[in-house]
Amino acid sequence: MSGVLVDIGFWVLGVLAVASAVVVFVVDSMARATYALALSFVAVGLALLLLQQNYVGVVTVLMMVMEMAVMAVYMVMYMGMNPALMPMSMVHDKRAALAVSVAAFVVLGAGALLVPWPVRRGVPSPDVTAALGESLMGKQMLVMVVVSPVMVATIVGGIVLASGRTRYDRFGDDLDVRTPRDPERGGVGR
Amino acid sequence: MTLQTVLLVAAALFAVGLCGAISQQVVVMVMMGLEVMVNAVILAAGAMWWFLAPDPTGQVLLLVVLAAMTVEMAMGFAVATLVHRHRGSDMTDSATDLAG
Repeated sequence: MSGVLVDIGFWVLGVLAVASAVVVFVVDSMARATYALALSFVAVGLALLLLQQNYVGVVTVLMMVMEMAVMAVYMVMYMGMNPALMPMSMVHDKRAALAVSVAAFVVLGAGALLVPWPVRRGVPSPDVTAALGESLMGKQMLVMVVVSPVMVATIVGGIVLASGRTRYDRFGDDLDVRTPRDPERGGVGR
Repeated sequence: MTLQTVLLVAAALFAVGLCGAISQQVVVMVMMGLEVMVNAVILAAGAMWWFLAPDPTGQVLLLVVLAAMTVEMAMGFAVATLVHRHRGSDMTDSATDLAG
């Protein structure tokens, strides 16, 4: 793709990503906020494709679209209303939040523009996705080895936090109660 | 498209996410703010990789950021479920037990 097309594509995606991120917090319906966030993620994923991150860009798009679908389900569960129809504005200390975020943008933007960035070191491999795979299965294997138990711990932690009644509620702290304390009697062997 | 312009867009995304994460009251909306901030980190890291050192190590860092995002979402939803179960509410203001 020629340089001008890449530039135009990047600016369109960049403006789309930021604008839809703003929409997330100003729109008056949870469902629309979720769709706007999904759009923002898709724009960033496509921008990553422009930066030749084929694998990471596609993974970002796929993962975030699914994640936003899950988020919409949670909203319906917890908000207890039709999220597409109910207007809402639930914010506190909006002025302070705006001031902090503008200050953060100024500091980060100034850093981006004023830091004398070094020149590029090395050239990308012809197939960056294959290079990433070889790296993950070779030199960077430790990263995968560390991320895997973190993911397992997340699954266990998520279930422990989210479950309403566990075996300790049913059989006591030492698991020594013979008849489980269930709200309803019955079931297999009870 | 230069490193500076991509970082500027990422800074704008980060600032928008920060504003949302600080100001929103609903737990799920706070998580949306955090997601936008991590999104900005992904974009900035992708730009750093491409414009400064395009070797596979930088891409591995991006995958780690994506994994962190997944963990944040999963644990956030679990905590939201816990708060909702015990307090019957999905607002951050009803879970201020540890506030100083």
